[in-house]
Amino acid sequence: MRTELRQDPEPEPDAARQPVTPVPIVLDGVTKRFASPRGEHREAVRDVSFRVEPGSFTAVIGPTGCGKSTLLSLICGTERPESGTVSVDGRPVDGIGQDIGFVFQTDAVFPWKTVLGNVAAGPRFRGVPRARAQALAADWVRRVGLAGFERYHPHQLSGGMRKRVALAQTLVNRPRVLLMDEPFSGLDVQTRQIMSDELLSLWELTRPSVVFVTHDLEEAITLADKVVVLTAGPATVKEEFDIDLPRPRDAREIRHHPDFVRLHELVWKALRDEVRVAYERGLGAA
Amino acid sequence: MNGKSAGGSTRSAGARTVPDVAGAAQAGAVVPGGAATVRRTRLRGRALVVAVGRVAVLVVFLGTWQLLAATHTIDTFYFGRPSGIWDRLETWIRHGTSQGPLLTQVWVTLQETLLGFGIGTTLGVVCGIALGRMRLAADILAPYIKTLNSIPRIVLGSVFAIWFGLGIGSKVALAVVLVFFGVFFNAFQGAREVDRALIANARVLGAGPVQVTWQVVVPSALSWITTSLHVAFGFAVTGAIVGELLGAQQGLGLLISQAQANFDPDGVYAGLVITALLALTAEGLITLLERRLLRWRPRPGSNR
Repeated sequence: MRTELRQDPEPEPDAARQPVTPVPIVLDGVTKRFASPRGEHREAVRDVSFRVEPGSFTAVIGPTGCGKSTLLSLICGTERPESGTVSVDGRPVDGIGQDIGFVFQTDAVFPWKTVLGNVAAGPRFRGVPRARAQALAADWVRRVGLAGFERYHPHQLSGGMRKRVALAQTLVNRPRVLLMDEPFSGLDVQTRQIMSDELLSLWELTRPSVVFVTHDLEEAITLADKVVVLTAGPATVKEEFDIDLPRPRDAREIRHHPDFVRLHELVWKALRDEVRVAYERGLGAA
Repeated sequence: MNGKSAGGSTRSAGARTVPDVAGAAQAGAVVPGGAATVRRTRLRGRALVVAVGRVAVLVVFLGTWQLLAATHTIDTFYFGRPSGIWDRLETWIRHGTSQGPLLTQVWVTLQETLLGFGIGTTLGVVCGIALGRMRLAADILAPYIKTLNSIPRIVLGSVFAIWFGLGIGSKVALAVVLVFFGVFFNAFQGAREVDRALIANARVLGAGPVQVTWQVVVPSALSWITTSLHVAFGFAVTGAIVGELLGAQQGLGLLISQAQANFDPDGVYAGLVITALLALTAEGLITLLERRLLRWRPRPGSNR
């Protein structure tokens, strides 16, 4: 009996379920400029500094178009800052790291792969043998609630289900840093709430350090341990708020918590002016 | 349940058991019901009308032609007549052509077409994808490719006849040249227009440049490439036939040109009919291939 158990090649998915060793993310005086088509330099991010504690959930919030996504590209390593440093786990970011997971705003699952193929893609890219990659993928497909849909193609799924695929696809790589760029912005309100709960429980499984970019204040407070408010572009840190709401949280219930209401009021005061600035600029441009 | 999934693609979730998960409520799940059956019956009726209509068009066209020829309204010396074309086809099938058995002629042309099509599309896809991935090389070569593309390539047929002689080589070369550019430009465009988010996602998930090319760029460009295959086959046939017209010992093109030399319009039309049959068969096969390769795409007319 015992020897049989030892020969069983399947105890590994258990290991895949264990929490990762979390790492800190530190941004220190980060500035990023982009060249506009006319050759001028436009600052997207100016002198941004904040720290994401290992295994914590940080929401970055700011008006639309303020440079939030640029911050994620800098942490991810697809863009480099002009000045300042971005470091993950104490090392400056240099190219796309192995530890990074990124959930995009738009649908970025591969339409020609099945659900299982999509989730297995990461491990396959990283050289995991097919059978093992598929076993890992099947495990994560189940965990995001898509058991039974393994053979479906993305176009056969709803927007919420495709987001689940994207989450599984990212988490199967066991990232120690999880970056999310307004991942639920395309979904309807009810689905967003379901996905928020889903995200929180998935995050609890492996506890990576999360940077979650959004322009939805309620979503930010619901999910995060810390909310960083950015100014209208170029983005600088306006204020940081610790969200000391109890966990585990229920996306719908937590909104009625007295502290939630208080925090919402507090953060909104900081955010309101920036939103107005961005809005007026938008009017000016239009 | 939800409005957007009304109507029935039989491949959607509803056809199978939907597991009880929170997300299932948003699945494109459709249980085929009474309304779908009614619609299917109506669709079948429409398909019948279409089929009958098609046959009717053919009958009217051939009938009018035959009638005009029989009443000498049109001169059969120039225009031939359907029954004459049929007789010519029958003679060719039964007794062979002046150049030997009909099958040999068809086979020669088919060989040239297929070789030209195969080589041309392969080169086109490889070059298109490669240049689509290498911006710098594409920018450097762009004016030369445009120049080559602007040459009326049919003229090259004469050049190839000199280079490769009267055998199969000159026809294949012409077909390749005609096929290449269409496929090349589509593959190139397809490789250029890959969704940036998909490439970014693949890279973050751990894909290297080679994996991005094979697993993201190629599948993504596939719909562009298969679209170009339809036109490409037409070009391959054109290349083979024109090559034969310019000088050959065998083939449908030669058959047509000899009929022309003998003032035999029925023979020319008979050659055209055979060529059209070949092209239609190929078109059907390419459509099948396209369906097979692009199974992951929503069917046109399905609800998404």
